[in-house]
Amino acid sequence: MHIVVDLNRCQGYAQCAFLAPGVFTMHGEESLLYTPVAPEDQRARVRRAVAACPVQAILVGEEAGAGAR
Amino acid sequence: MLGEPRDGRIVVVGASLAGLRAAETLRAEGFTGSLTLIGEETHPPYDRPPLSKQVLLGKVPADRTGLPQRRRLDADWKLGVRAGGLDPVGKRVLLDDGADVPFDRLLIATGTRARPWPHPDEAAMDGVFTLRTSGDAAALAARLAAGPRRVLVVGAGFTGSEIASACRERGLDVTVAERGPAPLVGALGGTLGELAAKLQRAHGVDLRCGVTVTALEGDGRLTGAQFSDGTRIDADIAVIALGAVRNTEWLAESGLAAGPRGVTCDAGCRAFDMYGIVTDDIFAAGDVARFPHPLFEYQLLSLEHWGNAVAQAEVAAHNMISTGPRRRPHLTVPAFWSSQFGLNIKSVGVPTFSDQVVIAQGSLKDARLVAVYGYRGRVTAAVSVNQARSLEYYRHLIETAAPFPPAPGAADQRESPVPVPSDVPDPKLLSHGPTVALTGHLPDRRLTVVQPAR
Repeated sequence: MHIVVDLNRCQGYAQCAFLAPGVFTMHGEESLLYTPVAPEDQRARVRRAVAACPVQAILVGEEAGAGAR
Repeated sequence: MLGEPRDGRIVVVGASLAGLRAAETLRAEGFTGSLTLIGEETHPPYDRPPLSKQVLLGKVPADRTGLPQRRRLDADWKLGVRAGGLDPVGKRVLLDDGADVPFDRLLIATGTRARPWPHPDEAAMDGVFTLRTSGDAAALAARLAAGPRRVLVVGAGFTGSEIASACRERGLDVTVAERGPAPLVGALGGTLGELAAKLQRAHGVDLRCGVTVTALEGDGRLTGAQFSDGTRIDADIAVIALGAVRNTEWLAESGLAAGPRGVTCDAGCRAFDMYGIVTDDIFAAGDVARFPHPLFEYQLLSLEHWGNAVAQAEVAAHNMISTGPRRRPHLTVPAFWSSQFGLNIKSVGVPTFSDQVVIAQGSLKDARLVAVYGYRGRVTAAVSVNQARSLEYYRHLIETAAPFPPAPGAADQRESPVPVPSDVPDPKLLSHGPTVALTGHLPDRRLTVVQPAR
Protein backbone atom coordinates (compact mmCIF):
# COMPACT_ATOMS: atom_id res chain seq x y z
CA MET A 1 0.00 0.00 0.00
CA HIS A 2 1.62 3.20 -1.22
CA ILE A 3 0.83 6.58 0.27
CA VAL A 4 1.37 10.17 -0.74
CA VAL A 5 0.17 13.18 1.20
CA ASP A 6 -0.51 16.49 -0.50
CA LEU A 7 1.34 18.63 2.00
CA ASN A 8 0.07 21.82 0.40
CA ARG A 9 -3.33 20.70 1.53
CA CYS A 10 -2.28 19.23 4.89
CA GLN A 11 -2.89 21.62 7.75
CA GLY A 12 -1.52 19.56 10.58
CA TYR A 13 -4.81 18.40 12.09
CA ALA A 14 -2.94 15.21 13.00
CA GLN A 15 -5.97 12.91 12.77
CA CYS A 16 -3.84 10.49 10.76
CA ALA A 17 -1.14 10.50 13.42
CA PHE A 18 -3.73 9.41 16.02
CA LEU A 19 -5.33 6.77 13.83
CA ALA A 20 -2.21 5.25 12.26
CA PRO A 21 0.72 6.29 14.43
CA GLY A 22 2.94 3.64 12.87
CA VAL A 23 2.67 5.37 9.51
CA PHE A 24 2.00 9.06 10.19
CA THR A 25 3.84 11.12 12.79
CA MET A 26 3.95 14.80 13.56
CA HIS A 27 7.38 16.34 13.34
CA GLY A 28 7.42 19.57 15.23
CA GLU A 29 4.10 21.29 15.76
CA GLU A 30 2.55 21.01 12.34
CA SER A 31 4.85 19.14 9.95
CA LEU A 32 3.79 15.66 8.96
CA LEU A 33 6.22 12.82 8.29
CA TYR A 34 4.90 9.56 6.91
CA THR A 35 6.05 6.22 5.62
CA PRO A 36 5.31 6.21 1.88
CA VAL A 37 5.01 2.40 1.75
CA ALA A 38 2.83 1.22 4.60
CA PRO A 39 3.18 -2.32 5.94
CA GLU A 40 0.28 -4.63 5.13
CA ASP A 41 -0.76 -4.88 8.78
CA GLN A 42 -1.38 -1.13 8.79
CA ARG A 43 -3.81 -1.22 5.89
CA ALA A 44 -7.01 -0.85 7.95
CA ARG A 45 -5.54 1.94 10.07
CA VAL A 46 -4.35 3.84 7.00
CA ARG A 47 -7.82 3.56 5.45
CA ARG A 48 -9.30 5.08 8.59
CA ALA A 49 -6.73 7.89 8.48
CA VAL A 50 -7.56 8.60 4.83
CA ALA A 51 -11.24 8.83 5.64
CA ALA A 52 -10.70 10.99 8.73
CA CYS A 53 -8.39 13.59 7.19
CA PRO A 54 -10.35 16.86 7.43
CA VAL A 55 -8.74 18.22 4.25
CA GLN A 56 -8.62 14.88 2.37
CA ALA A 57 -4.90 15.23 1.70
CA ILE A 58 -3.95 11.54 1.79
CA LEU A 59 -3.90 9.45 -1.36
CA VAL A 60 -3.36 5.69 -1.18
CA GLY A 61 -3.15 3.14 -3.93
CA GLU A 62 -1.10 0.44 -5.51
CA GLU A 63 2.40 1.39 -6.59
CA ALA A 64 2.41 3.34 -9.85
CA GLY A 65 4.14 1.47 -12.62
CA ALA A 66 4.51 -1.68 -10.57
CA GLY A 67 5.80 -4.41 -12.83
CA ALA A 68 7.34 -1.84 -15.17
CA ARG A 69 10.83 -2.30 -13.77
CA MET B 1 -17.80 13.44 -26.77
CA LEU B 2 -18.06 13.46 -30.54
CA GLY B 3 -15.05 14.96 -32.26
CA GLU B 4 -12.88 14.92 -29.13
CA PRO B 5 -9.49 13.33 -29.69
CA ARG B 6 -9.94 10.42 -27.30
CA ASP B 7 -7.86 7.92 -29.24
CA GLY B 8 -4.56 7.76 -31.08
CA ARG B 9 -1.08 7.56 -29.56
CA ILE B 10 -0.01 9.71 -26.63
CA VAL B 11 3.60 9.64 -25.47
CA VAL B 12 4.67 11.14 -22.15
CA VAL B 13 8.39 11.83 -21.79
CA GLY B 14 9.25 11.97 -18.10
CA ALA B 15 7.95 9.31 -15.72
CA SER B 16 7.87 11.20 -12.47
CA LEU B 17 5.07 13.03 -10.66
CA ALA B 18 3.85 15.18 -13.58
CA GLY B 19 4.04 12.34 -16.10
CA LEU B 20 2.17 9.98 -13.82
CA ARG B 21 -0.60 12.42 -12.93
CA ALA B 22 -1.04 13.35 -16.59
CA ALA B 23 -1.35 9.69 -17.55
CA GLU B 24 -3.95 9.12 -14.85
CA THR B 25 -5.94 12.14 -15.96
CA LEU B 26 -5.87 11.02 -19.59
CA ARG B 27 -7.42 7.70 -18.64
CA ALA B 28 -9.82 9.26 -16.14
CA GLU B 29 -11.16 11.58 -18.83
CA GLY B 30 -11.72 8.82 -21.31
CA PHE B 31 -8.59 8.54 -23.42
CA THR B 32 -8.74 5.06 -24.95
CA GLY B 33 -5.72 5.14 -27.25
CA SER B 34 -2.21 3.91 -26.62
CA LEU B 35 -0.26 5.52 -23.81
CA THR B 36 3.51 5.32 -23.46
CA LEU B 37 5.58 6.69 -20.58
CA ILE B 38 9.31 7.13 -21.08
CA GLY B 39 11.55 7.59 -18.04
CA GLU B 40 15.30 7.96 -17.77
CA GLU B 41 15.39 6.45 -14.29
CA THR B 42 14.84 2.75 -13.82
CA HIS B 43 12.42 3.33 -10.94
CA PRO B 44 8.70 3.74 -11.49
CA PRO B 45 7.49 7.20 -10.39
CA TYR B 46 8.47 8.07 -6.84
CA ASP B 47 7.95 10.99 -4.53
CA ARG B 48 10.93 13.31 -4.11
CA PRO B 49 9.98 15.53 -1.12
CA PRO B 50 10.65 12.71 1.39
CA LEU B 51 14.20 12.29 0.07
CA SER B 52 15.51 15.35 1.92
CA LYS B 53 13.44 14.62 5.04
CA GLN B 54 12.33 11.10 6.03
CA VAL B 55 15.08 9.44 4.00
CA LEU B 56 17.99 11.54 5.28
CA LEU B 57 16.69 11.09 8.81
CA GLY B 58 16.97 7.35 8.28
CA LYS B 59 13.25 6.77 8.84
CA VAL B 60 12.45 5.58 5.32
CA PRO B 61 14.69 3.74 2.83
CA ALA B 62 15.32 5.80 -0.31
CA ASP B 63 13.82 3.17 -2.60
CA ARG B 64 10.56 3.12 -0.66
CA THR B 65 8.94 6.39 -1.72
CA GLY B 66 7.08 5.02 -4.75
CA LEU B 67 3.98 7.00 -5.67
CA PRO B 68 0.55 5.41 -5.53
CA GLN B 69 -1.48 5.43 -8.69
CA ARG B 70 -5.07 6.56 -8.66
CA ARG B 71 -6.23 4.14 -11.35
CA ARG B 72 -5.04 1.46 -13.72
CA LEU B 73 -3.16 3.13 -16.53
CA ASP B 74 -2.93 0.42 -19.15
CA ALA B 75 0.30 2.07 -20.26
CA ASP B 76 3.49 0.96 -21.92
CA TRP B 77 6.30 1.93 -19.55
CA LYS B 78 9.75 2.46 -21.03
CA LEU B 79 11.93 2.98 -17.98
CA GLY B 80 15.69 3.30 -17.82
CA VAL B 81 15.89 4.81 -21.28
CA ARG B 82 16.58 8.43 -22.07
CA ALA B 83 14.84 10.46 -24.74
CA GLY B 84 17.62 11.97 -26.84
CA GLY B 85 15.69 13.92 -29.42
CA LEU B 86 12.37 14.92 -30.89
CA ASP B 87 11.38 14.95 -34.55
CA PRO B 88 8.34 17.27 -34.60
CA VAL B 89 7.67 16.78 -38.31
CA GLY B 90 7.84 13.00 -38.29
CA LYS B 91 6.25 13.10 -34.81
CA ARG B 92 8.69 10.72 -33.18
CA VAL B 93 10.59 10.71 -29.91
CA LEU B 94 14.13 9.47 -30.50
CA LEU B 95 15.50 7.31 -27.73
CA ASP B 96 19.16 7.02 -26.78
CA ASP B 97 18.99 3.27 -27.33
CA GLY B 98 18.35 3.91 -31.03
CA ALA B 99 14.65 3.19 -31.01
CA ASP B 100 12.03 5.78 -31.79
CA VAL B 101 8.51 6.15 -30.50
CA PRO B 102 5.86 7.66 -32.78
CA PHE B 103 3.15 9.86 -31.30
CA ASP B 104 0.04 11.77 -32.23
CA ARG B 105 0.31 13.96 -29.14
CA LEU B 106 3.29 14.39 -26.85
CA LEU B 107 3.66 15.57 -23.27
CA ILE B 108 7.07 16.88 -22.22
CA ALA B 109 7.52 16.34 -18.48
CA THR B 110 11.27 15.82 -18.20
CA GLY B 111 11.64 17.98 -15.10
CA THR B 112 14.99 19.02 -13.73
CA ARG B 113 18.20 17.54 -12.41
CA ALA B 114 20.52 18.73 -9.68
CA ARG B 115 22.95 21.43 -10.78
CA PRO B 116 26.36 19.80 -10.49
CA TRP B 117 29.40 21.28 -8.79
CA PRO B 118 31.11 23.27 -11.57
CA HIS B 119 34.53 21.58 -11.22
CA PRO B 120 34.17 18.01 -12.50
CA ASP B 121 37.33 16.72 -10.81
CA GLU B 122 36.16 17.98 -7.44
CA ALA B 123 32.61 16.81 -8.05
CA ALA B 124 33.88 13.29 -8.74
CA MET B 125 35.57 12.96 -5.35
CA ASP B 126 34.28 10.44 -2.87
CA GLY B 127 32.12 12.33 -0.38
CA VAL B 128 30.70 14.91 -2.80
CA PHE B 129 26.96 14.53 -3.37
CA THR B 130 23.95 16.14 -4.95
CA LEU B 131 20.38 15.32 -3.90
CA ARG B 132 17.74 14.86 -6.54
CA THR B 133 17.14 11.19 -7.27
CA SER B 134 16.37 8.28 -5.00
CA GLY B 135 19.84 6.94 -5.80
CA ASP B 136 21.38 10.21 -4.62
CA ALA B 137 19.35 10.02 -1.42
CA ALA B 138 20.29 6.38 -0.77
CA ALA B 139 24.00 7.12 -1.09
CA LEU B 140 23.86 10.25 1.04
CA ALA B 141 21.67 8.68 3.74
CA ALA B 142 24.12 5.78 4.04
CA ARG B 143 27.03 8.16 4.52
CA LEU B 144 25.15 10.24 7.08
CA ALA B 145 24.32 7.07 8.99
CA ALA B 146 28.01 6.17 9.08
CA GLY B 147 28.67 9.29 11.17
CA PRO B 148 30.82 11.74 9.23
CA ARG B 149 32.82 14.26 11.24
CA ARG B 150 31.44 17.26 9.38
CA VAL B 151 29.00 17.80 6.53
CA LEU B 152 29.34 20.83 4.27
CA VAL B 153 26.14 21.98 2.57
CA VAL B 154 26.78 24.30 -0.35
CA GLY B 155 23.73 26.52 -0.90
CA ALA B 156 21.02 27.40 1.62
CA GLY B 157 17.91 27.26 -0.48
CA PHE B 158 15.10 24.92 0.58
CA THR B 159 16.91 21.70 -0.28
CA GLY B 160 20.18 22.80 1.32
CA SER B 161 18.39 23.99 4.44
CA GLU B 162 16.42 20.74 4.75
CA ILE B 163 19.63 18.74 4.39
CA ALA B 164 21.27 20.84 7.10
CA SER B 165 18.22 20.34 9.32
CA ALA B 166 18.36 16.55 8.87
CA CYS B 167 22.08 16.55 9.68
CA ARG B 168 21.57 18.47 12.90
CA GLU B 169 18.70 16.21 13.86
CA ARG B 170 21.07 13.30 13.44
CA GLY B 171 23.55 15.09 15.68
CA LEU B 172 26.05 15.71 12.90
CA ASP B 173 28.24 18.80 12.70
CA VAL B 174 27.25 20.80 9.67
CA THR B 175 28.55 23.89 7.92
CA VAL B 176 26.29 25.72 5.47
CA ALA B 177 27.84 28.04 2.89
CA GLU B 178 25.45 30.50 1.27
CA ARG B 179 26.43 33.12 -1.27
CA GLY B 180 23.48 35.39 -0.39
CA PRO B 181 22.99 37.32 2.84
CA ALA B 182 20.82 34.63 4.49
CA PRO B 183 19.26 31.19 3.89
CA LEU B 184 16.10 31.07 1.75
CA VAL B 185 16.56 34.69 0.73
CA GLY B 186 16.29 33.82 -2.94
CA ALA B 187 12.81 32.38 -2.46
CA LEU B 188 11.39 34.33 0.49
CA GLY B 189 13.29 37.62 0.64
CA GLY B 190 15.12 39.38 3.45
CA THR B 191 12.68 39.29 6.39
CA LEU B 192 12.19 35.53 6.51
CA GLY B 193 15.80 35.00 5.44
CA GLU B 194 16.93 36.65 8.68
CA LEU B 195 14.59 34.40 10.65
CA ALA B 196 15.99 31.34 8.87
CA ALA B 197 19.55 32.42 9.67
CA LYS B 198 18.72 32.80 13.38
CA LEU B 199 17.03 29.42 13.44
CA GLN B 200 19.89 27.62 11.76
CA ARG B 201 22.39 29.10 14.21
CA ALA B 202 20.11 28.34 17.16
CA HIS B 203 20.11 24.72 16.00
CA GLY B 204 23.88 24.60 15.93
CA VAL B 205 24.52 25.06 12.23
CA ASP B 206 27.83 26.72 11.37
CA LEU B 207 26.16 29.10 8.91
CA ARG B 208 28.40 31.20 6.70
CA CYS B 209 26.63 33.74 4.54
CA GLY B 210 28.07 36.04 1.91
CA VAL B 211 30.73 33.48 1.05
CA THR B 212 31.24 31.01 -1.74
CA VAL B 213 33.13 27.76 -1.74
CA THR B 214 36.22 28.31 -3.87
CA ALA B 215 37.58 24.78 -3.74
CA LEU B 216 36.67 21.33 -2.52
CA GLU B 217 39.87 19.72 -1.27
CA GLY B 218 40.93 16.12 -1.28
CA ASP B 219 42.85 13.49 -3.14
CA GLY B 220 40.11 11.33 -4.57
CA ARG B 221 38.35 11.65 -1.27
CA LEU B 222 36.93 14.88 0.15
CA THR B 223 38.83 16.25 3.13
CA GLY B 224 37.78 19.88 3.32
CA ALA B 225 36.77 23.08 1.59
CA GLN B 226 38.07 26.59 1.09
CA PHE B 227 35.87 29.67 1.21
CA SER B 228 36.06 32.99 -0.58
CA ASP B 229 36.75 34.80 2.71
CA GLY B 230 40.03 32.92 3.05
CA THR B 231 38.86 30.45 5.70
CA ARG B 232 38.73 26.67 5.32
CA ILE B 233 37.10 23.74 7.09
CA ASP B 234 37.63 20.02 7.37
CA ALA B 235 34.69 18.06 6.02
CA ASP B 236 34.28 14.52 4.79
CA ILE B 237 30.95 15.07 3.06
CA ALA B 238 29.83 17.94 0.85
CA VAL B 239 26.31 18.22 -0.51
CA ILE B 240 25.97 20.51 -3.48
CA ALA B 241 22.56 22.20 -3.21
CA LEU B 242 22.84 24.86 -5.89
CA GLY B 243 19.44 24.42 -7.45
CA ALA B 244 18.31 22.57 -10.50
CA VAL B 245 18.91 22.48 -14.24
CA ARG B 246 15.98 21.92 -16.58
CA ASN B 247 16.18 18.84 -18.73
CA THR B 248 15.72 20.44 -22.13
CA GLU B 249 18.95 19.54 -23.94
CA TRP B 250 17.24 16.67 -25.72
CA LEU B 251 14.96 19.26 -27.38
CA ALA B 252 17.83 21.35 -28.82
CA GLU B 253 17.17 20.27 -32.41
CA SER B 254 13.41 20.02 -32.04
CA GLY B 255 12.49 23.55 -33.11
CA LEU B 256 10.60 24.09 -29.85
CA ALA B 257 11.06 27.14 -27.61
CA ALA B 258 13.16 25.09 -25.22
CA GLY B 259 16.26 26.21 -23.37
CA PRO B 260 17.86 26.57 -19.94
CA ARG B 261 14.73 28.32 -18.61
CA GLY B 262 12.44 25.49 -19.66
CA VAL B 263 9.99 24.68 -22.42
CA THR B 264 7.81 27.69 -23.06
CA CYS B 265 4.12 26.92 -23.33
CA ASP B 266 0.83 28.79 -23.25
CA ALA B 267 -1.58 28.84 -20.33
CA GLY B 268 -3.13 25.67 -21.77
CA CYS B 269 0.25 23.86 -21.60
CA ARG B 270 0.74 23.81 -25.39
CA ALA B 271 4.42 24.22 -26.24
CA PHE B 272 5.62 27.09 -28.40
CA ASP B 273 7.97 26.52 -31.27
CA MET B 274 11.07 28.68 -31.60
CA TYR B 275 9.14 31.26 -33.62
CA GLY B 276 6.65 31.72 -30.81
CA ILE B 277 3.92 29.83 -32.67
CA VAL B 278 1.93 27.53 -30.46
CA THR B 279 1.99 23.84 -31.39
CA ASP B 280 -1.16 21.79 -31.55
CA ASP B 281 0.14 18.44 -30.46
CA ILE B 282 3.05 19.03 -28.08
CA PHE B 283 2.38 19.91 -24.46
CA ALA B 284 4.56 20.57 -21.41
CA ALA B 285 3.97 20.25 -17.66
CA GLY B 286 5.83 20.24 -14.38
CA ASP B 287 9.25 21.64 -13.49
CA VAL B 288 10.35 21.81 -17.12
CA ALA B 289 7.43 23.97 -18.27
CA ARG B 290 7.54 27.75 -18.46
CA PHE B 291 4.13 29.34 -18.68
CA PRO B 292 2.38 32.70 -18.39
CA HIS B 293 0.25 33.38 -15.31
CA PRO B 294 -2.19 36.30 -15.34
CA LEU B 295 -1.90 36.85 -11.58
CA PHE B 296 1.77 37.60 -12.09
CA GLU B 297 1.41 39.90 -15.06
CA TYR B 298 1.71 37.10 -17.58
CA GLN B 299 5.36 36.65 -16.75
CA LEU B 300 6.63 33.29 -17.81
CA LEU B 301 6.97 31.24 -14.63
CA SER B 302 8.78 27.97 -14.14
CA LEU B 303 7.85 26.50 -10.80
CA GLU B 304 9.74 23.64 -9.20
CA HIS B 305 6.80 22.83 -6.99
CA TRP B 306 5.19 19.48 -6.26
CA GLY B 307 1.72 21.03 -6.44
CA ASN B 308 2.42 22.71 -9.75
CA ALA B 309 3.53 19.43 -11.28
CA VAL B 310 0.21 17.85 -10.26
CA ALA B 311 -2.06 20.72 -11.29
CA GLN B 312 -0.31 21.49 -14.55
CA ALA B 313 -0.17 17.83 -15.56
CA GLU B 314 -3.92 17.56 -15.03
CA VAL B 315 -4.60 20.61 -17.19
CA ALA B 316 -2.18 19.46 -19.89
CA ALA B 317 -3.79 16.01 -20.00
CA HIS B 318 -7.28 17.48 -20.16
CA ASN B 319 -6.28 19.76 -23.01
CA MET B 320 -4.55 16.94 -24.90
CA ILE B 321 -7.91 15.28 -25.33
CA SER B 322 -10.12 18.35 -25.59
CA THR B 323 -10.70 20.83 -28.35
CA GLY B 324 -11.34 24.55 -28.64
CA PRO B 325 -13.36 26.13 -25.85
CA ARG B 326 -13.29 22.96 -23.75
CA ARG B 327 -9.60 23.53 -23.09
CA ARG B 328 -8.72 24.90 -19.67
CA PRO B 329 -6.05 27.35 -18.52
CA HIS B 330 -3.52 26.41 -15.84
CA LEU B 331 -4.39 29.08 -13.31
CA THR B 332 -3.83 27.57 -9.90
CA VAL B 333 -2.11 29.77 -7.37
CA PRO B 334 1.43 28.45 -6.86
CA ALA B 335 2.03 26.79 -3.48
CA PHE B 336 4.81 24.87 -1.77
CA TRP B 337 5.95 23.72 1.65
CA SER B 338 9.16 22.98 3.49
CA SER B 339 9.85 21.36 6.82
CA GLN B 340 13.09 22.27 8.57
CA PHE B 341 14.47 22.91 12.04
CA GLY B 342 11.15 21.99 13.60
CA LEU B 343 9.23 24.51 11.53
CA ASN B 344 6.58 24.08 8.90
CA ILE B 345 6.98 26.71 6.18
CA LYS B 346 4.24 27.04 3.59
CA SER B 347 3.85 29.48 0.75
CA VAL B 348 1.07 30.56 -1.61
CA GLY B 349 1.50 32.93 -4.51
CA VAL B 350 4.94 34.01 -5.71
CA PRO B 351 6.93 35.69 -2.91
CA THR B 352 9.61 36.84 -5.32
CA PHE B 353 6.96 38.78 -7.19
CA SER B 354 6.87 41.52 -4.58
CA ASP B 355 8.28 44.83 -3.52
CA GLN B 356 7.10 44.84 0.10
CA VAL B 357 6.39 42.41 2.90
CA VAL B 358 4.50 42.74 6.17
CA ILE B 359 4.14 40.37 9.10
CA ALA B 360 0.34 40.17 9.06
CA GLN B 361 -0.11 37.65 11.88
CA GLY B 362 2.08 36.33 14.64
CA SER B 363 5.68 37.39 15.16
CA LEU B 364 9.22 36.66 14.07
CA LYS B 365 10.20 36.37 17.74
CA ASP B 366 7.90 33.39 18.26
CA ALA B 367 8.73 31.92 14.84
CA ARG B 368 4.99 31.63 14.25
CA LEU B 369 3.67 34.02 11.70
CA VAL B 370 2.21 34.83 8.33
CA ALA B 371 4.25 37.13 6.12
CA VAL B 372 2.23 38.75 3.34
CA TYR B 373 3.94 40.01 0.21
CA GLY B 374 2.70 42.81 -2.01
CA TYR B 375 3.57 44.25 -5.35
CA ARG B 376 2.45 47.73 -6.35
CA GLY B 377 -0.31 47.75 -3.78
CA ARG B 378 -1.82 44.31 -4.21
CA VAL B 379 -1.28 41.02 -2.39
CA THR B 380 0.84 38.59 -4.43
CA ALA B 381 2.01 35.98 -1.89
CA ALA B 382 1.87 34.80 1.70
CA VAL B 383 4.20 32.57 3.67
CA SER B 384 3.25 30.91 6.94
CA VAL B 385 5.64 29.62 9.56
CA ASN B 386 3.90 27.13 11.89
CA GLN B 387 0.60 28.79 11.06
CA ALA B 388 -0.57 26.83 8.02
CA ARG B 389 -4.26 27.11 8.69
CA SER B 390 -4.22 30.85 8.05
CA LEU B 391 -2.88 30.49 4.55
CA GLU B 392 -6.13 29.67 2.77
CA TYR B 393 -7.44 33.14 3.61
CA TYR B 394 -4.45 34.79 1.97
CA ARG B 395 -4.74 32.58 -1.10
CA HIS B 396 -8.15 34.13 -1.57
CA LEU B 397 -6.65 37.62 -1.27
CA ILE B 398 -4.07 36.75 -3.93
CA GLU B 399 -6.70 35.36 -6.29
CA THR B 400 -8.81 38.47 -6.02
CA ALA B 401 -5.92 40.95 -6.30
CA ALA B 402 -6.77 42.36 -2.85
CA PRO B 403 -5.07 45.59 -1.75
CA PHE B 404 -1.71 45.44 0.01
CA PRO B 405 -1.11 45.77 2.90
CA PRO B 406 -4.09 43.60 3.86
CA ALA B 407 -6.59 45.00 6.34
CA PRO B 408 -5.90 43.82 9.89
CA GLY B 409 -7.78 40.59 10.53
CA ALA B 410 -9.46 39.45 13.69
CA ALA B 411 -6.66 36.98 14.30
CA ASP B 412 -3.52 38.27 16.00
CA GLN B 413 -1.94 41.58 16.65
CA ARG B 414 0.58 42.51 14.04
CA GLU B 415 4.17 42.66 15.11
CA SER B 416 4.84 45.54 12.79
CA PRO B 417 1.99 47.04 10.80
CA VAL B 418 4.45 48.81 8.55
CA PRO B 419 5.43 47.03 5.35
CA VAL B 420 9.15 46.87 4.69
CA PRO B 421 11.00 46.17 1.45
CA SER B 422 10.76 42.49 0.65
CA ASP B 423 14.39 42.32 -0.51
CA VAL B 424 13.77 39.63 -3.06
CA PRO B 425 16.31 39.22 -5.82
CA ASP B 426 16.05 40.86 -9.20
CA PRO B 427 13.21 43.37 -8.73
CA LYS B 428 14.18 44.86 -12.09
CA LEU B 429 12.47 41.92 -13.74
CA LEU B 430 9.11 43.12 -12.50
CA SER B 431 7.05 45.14 -14.89
CA HIS B 432 4.07 47.43 -14.86
CA GLY B 433 0.82 45.69 -15.69
CA PRO B 434 -2.88 45.25 -15.12
CA THR B 435 -4.62 44.08 -12.00
CA VAL B 436 -5.93 40.57 -12.37
CA ALA B 437 -8.38 38.54 -10.39
CA LEU B 438 -9.12 34.87 -10.81
CA THR B 439 -12.78 34.11 -10.71
CA GLY B 440 -15.14 31.21 -11.24
CA HIS B 441 -15.61 28.05 -9.21
CA LEU B 442 -15.50 24.95 -11.39
CA PRO B 443 -12.15 24.19 -12.98
CA ASP B 444 -13.46 24.73 -16.49
CA ARG B 445 -15.05 28.02 -15.48
CA ARG B 446 -11.94 29.36 -13.81
CA LEU B 447 -11.49 32.66 -15.59
CA THR B 448 -9.62 35.86 -15.16
CA VAL B 449 -10.90 39.38 -14.90
CA VAL B 450 -8.35 41.94 -16.05
CA GLN B 451 -8.72 45.55 -14.97
CA PRO B 452 -6.54 48.46 -16.06
CA ALA B 453 -3.84 49.23 -13.53
CA ARG B 454 -4.78 51.85 -10.99
